[in-house]
Amino acid sequence: MALDSKVPQGPLKDKWTDYKNHINLVNPANKRHIDVIVVGTGLAGGSASATLAELGYNVKSFAYQDSPRRAHSIAAQGGINAAKNYQGDGDSTYRLFYDTVKGGDYRSREANVYRLAEVSANIIDQCVAQGVPFARDYGGLLDNRSFGGVLVSRTFYAKGQTGQQLLLGAYSAMNRQIARGKIEMFNRHEMLDVVLVDGKARGIIARNLVTGEIERHAAHAVVIASGGYGNVYFLSTNAMGSNVTAGWKVHKKGAYFANPCYTQIHPTCIPRSGDYQSKLTLMSESLRNDGRIWVPKNLEDVKAIREGKLKPTQLTEDQRDYYLERRYPAFGNLVPRDVASRAAKERCDAGFGVNATGEAVYLDFAASFERYGSEQAKIQGITNPSAAKIKELGQEIVRAKYGNLFQMYEKIVDENPYETPMMIYPAVHYTMGGVWVDYNLMTTIPGCYAIGEANFSDHGANRLGASALMQGLADGYFVLPYTIGDYLSNDIRTGKISTDTPEFDAAEKEVSERIAFFVNNKGTHSVDYYHKKLGKIMWDKCGMSRNKEGLEEAIEEISALRKDFWENVIVPGTATEYNEQLAKAGRVADFLELGELFAKDALVREESAGGHFREEHQTEDGEAKRMKEFQFVSAWEYKGEPKEAVLHKEALVYENIEVKERSYK
Amino acid sequence: MNLTLKIWRQKDSNAKGQMVDYKVTEISEHMSFLEMMDVLNEQLVNAGEEPVAFDHDCREGICGMCSMYINGEAHGPDRGVTTCQLHMRMFKDGDTITIEPFRAAAFPVIKDLVVDRSAFDRIQHSGGYISVNTSGNTQDANAIPIAKQAADQAMDAATCIGCGACVATCKNSSAMLFVGAKVSQYALLPQGQVEAADRVKNMVAQMDLEGFGNCTNTGACEVECPKGISLDNIARMNRELMKASI
Amino acid sequence: MPGFFKSSIGRKVAMALSAFFLMFFLLQHLAINILSVFSPETFNEVSHFMGTNPVVQFALQPVLIFAVVFHFVMGFILELKNSKANGVSYAKNNGAANSTWFSRNMIYSGITILAFIVLHFIDFWFPEINTKFIQGDWSGMLDGVDGFRYHEELKHKFVSPIRVGAYVLAFVFLGLHLAHGFTSAFQSMGGTVGRKKAAQNIGKAYSIIIPAGFIFIALYHHFNH
Repeated sequence: MALDSKVPQGPLKDKWTDYKNHINLVNPANKRHIDVIVVGTGLAGGSASATLAELGYNVKSFAYQDSPRRAHSIAAQGGINAAKNYQGDGDSTYRLFYDTVKGGDYRSREANVYRLAEVSANIIDQCVAQGVPFARDYGGLLDNRSFGGVLVSRTFYAKGQTGQQLLLGAYSAMNRQIARGKIEMFNRHEMLDVVLVDGKARGIIARNLVTGEIERHAAHAVVIASGGYGNVYFLSTNAMGSNVTAGWKVHKKGAYFANPCYTQIHPTCIPRSGDYQSKLTLMSESLRNDGRIWVPKNLEDVKAIREGKLKPTQLTEDQRDYYLERRYPAFGNLVPRDVASRAAKERCDAGFGVNATGEAVYLDFAASFERYGSEQAKIQGITNPSAAKIKELGQEIVRAKYGNLFQMYEKIVDENPYETPMMIYPAVHYTMGGVWVDYNLMTTIPGCYAIGEANFSDHGANRLGASALMQGLADGYFVLPYTIGDYLSNDIRTGKISTDTPEFDAAEKEVSERIAFFVNNKGTHSVDYYHKKLGKIMWDKCGMSRNKEGLEEAIEEISALRKDFWENVIVPGTATEYNEQLAKAGRVADFLELGELFAKDALVREESAGGHFREEHQTEDGEAKRMKEFQFVSAWEYKGEPKEAVLHKEALVYENIEVKERSYK
Repeated sequence: MNLTLKIWRQKDSNAKGQMVDYKVTEISEHMSFLEMMDVLNEQLVNAGEEPVAFDHDCREGICGMCSMYINGEAHGPDRGVTTCQLHMRMFKDGDTITIEPFRAAAFPVIKDLVVDRSAFDRIQHSGGYISVNTSGNTQDANAIPIAKQAADQAMDAATCIGCGACVATCKNSSAMLFVGAKVSQYALLPQGQVEAADRVKNMVAQMDLEGFGNCTNTGACEVECPKGISLDNIARMNRELMKASI
Repeated sequence: MPGFFKSSIGRKVAMALSAFFLMFFLLQHLAINILSVFSPETFNEVSHFMGTNPVVQFALQPVLIFAVVFHFVMGFILELKNSKANGVSYAKNNGAANSTWFSRNMIYSGITILAFIVLHFIDFWFPEINTKFIQGDWSGMLDGVDGFRYHEELKHKFVSPIRVGAYVLAFVFLGLHLAHGFTSAFQSMGGTVGRKKAAQNIGKAYSIIIPAGFIFIALYHHFNH
């Protein structure tokens, strides 16, 4: 099947408006007869559920957690971008569009990104109307901060808990519709397959995670909003339950999976402390606004620090290597995430890592304490303030900005970041790849949509900070509700979809058989045993930098591990009860397939772009080297074994932006 | 370090539960409490036993999924943290740790340490929102200036993660800190004024219907709340309800 | 409005309102009783006024009785509802980690005070009712006593060391009850003033001075006569 991105004709800035003016609509009376299933209740799924219900559709929402409010969007800290230009610093829809395409290393679809930038301002209006308590200045107007990879302040935030507040906003909108009976909420339910009738997505098979019951749910369309697949690495900043199952199931039923190798490794995470570690904790990128990143210049100092003989605060300025400021003077510590992460890895690989594992760099706030402190001393009219006083005043300001992050760091690491620099290291955070969708956000299965992190659409090969929240809400509040109507307008005469059909029988049978296998298999290794092994292969060979040899090994190793898993995995308990191990087994089984496709995608992409860095393709000074001939989206068609997947290419055309070398120097 | 764990085991909501003793060894002080539970569960799975069921998800203290009553305190002995952020350095080698589910009549046990907190969702359904349509055209965000102090206070109330520690801690299993925080967030913002009276009435009515107890102002909830939600929010809710009822 | 007092918060507000009334009553009760130490004559006169004034007897006294009964009955109702809300109890509960003993045990200090009030009624209130309403003697005089009888009766009650001991114990519990109740009542009424340092100090002072005053009176009369 040829890929049709369905991007409307016409000038970039009119595409979305023209498109909306010409699509088919469903009249309100007919919407009452149409059901939509939404899997996932994060920013994308939650906002889509609420808006579709407001429009009049009957929505069934699914979450594996005990409440929609717990989806992992809640963990996003830093903020949400919007081209409001409230700061008057030259921001515009075009500039947000430009920054996003450039930040994504020219690997995203122009029309989608422009639409995203266009609706971004509405998101802020909508959220404020819903009661989201964004930070404000003393005049009562909204405050902004600046994020990596851009030269304007366009990030709106709510302390270090922006994702939480936005999610609670979407959740409140859902609550209103749940109370009206327009959303039927299925908490502690997991989607285990999609059901196709006459080639169209017409329902799902879900498992009630409390009782173990397998349920059939029918609808006229199915929306996948289940987030990213970062947990394929075992250790990531994703929630423990985050998984690829919904996305992978639709892939296996015909939806193409795009750019799986584009993974974001976030530069400011708390370093790993031991093998028992179950997850990694991210600290907002906003810290890079005020923190300076460095490692010691001399290896002797590194050694002394690791042995505890030397404290980082004892090193003088000329003994420190502020490597980001050195390499990228224009953007300094605020280079995009992929660049910052790779630079940290480069220093640590060269032996400059500052903790016992050799995988940590410093994030130092001393300069900010001094800068803010002197400023405050002037404001408060303190003449000749002592150095201690300046530091104290400066710390107050930093505490007000990032207090919760500093506290979190101290709780985890047991060191006071006001007194000694923080230690950070990159960790898997976000996956730009995902289910392929067209301009309508529809997958290659008619009636099956993918929104938010679950799709591949807007971030190209690297996502800019504070853009995930923007995309999730844009898709859910402002894009999908329009585009889905165009499809559903053909369904006004279809009537209720029955679950009592051979298609549902077959899908349920398949799901039940797989579950039965897990609980009956007399294996020897736990699910986590396999998950950790997979994670290690992924991190070592498909991590921050990749090469041909490693990727080929990864494909073979994952394939062998999968075989072992299906022979020797052990799942205690039964299928008809609350059984977390069983739920996890299904998720890891899907990761074991995705991981292989991931490696294959990375192998085929013979270039470096954004989060995908191939060692064979770099410039003389170690920067990513993009290749003109790879200016396409890789969309993989499922053909049985992951390594047999067939590649389809969607060419990326840039008519409104000049494709340049992506430089932050 | 080596520890003895006394853990509540209960097969399902209908079964009778009991405390069961377990031993774990070689626990690192840098582990989080849930990572220690992972060690126990890995041990149980390898021994062919059923692991201990407990709720958890983000493991960074924001989703509100993890619960557990540890040594007689919600989220354990540390302050300002959820169970997933509690570190083993709070305990000593040889300690015996008692681990129970959050208890309240309105939070029935689903299995082991997993409880059903859907009562919180139903309270939110009854009014925890501002009735504004996404599909409608809202006004520009800066057309509604909000004093910084009000915005900050609303934010402080809004940081509630809905974990239920307040209910679990309260001697009366009262949910007033949770409901008070939600009522306060909207009561403090101009956008929330239009529906303020109905909101507080409906949410309090639903709270009572769910079978939560009364607030007797012991202040325990505020101390145990991982997000430090202030008792002032309960007072504000009381005020709002009086205002709405008169 | 009727729905309000059926809600959990409404009930707490009602508790607080009755508490405010009772706290005011305690203050005036102490103010009058302390006169018995410093000026028996004034004490007698004020007592006679309070005991015979129709406004006090037929308006304030029923309100007081209602407030006392209401406060107790509602206290018990709330306690029952709360224990029902609790479900299964914890194997280990470290209440001391997050709250004071007296805030968690208002029901026990309350029951002690109730027991005291029964004793108090037997000691003073029933004889008063008997004298005034059954025997119809509104003179305030007693055979063989000069002037009014109140001071004489008061002294007589504090002869027994057992009774004095019971009084002292009851007032200690009253102090504990007030230590939480004073500020708690403000909170229930929707005021945050109870959380201010100054209000908490006033609350502390009140919950010490009131019971200490009554204890002083009991001990004074016990040891001086």
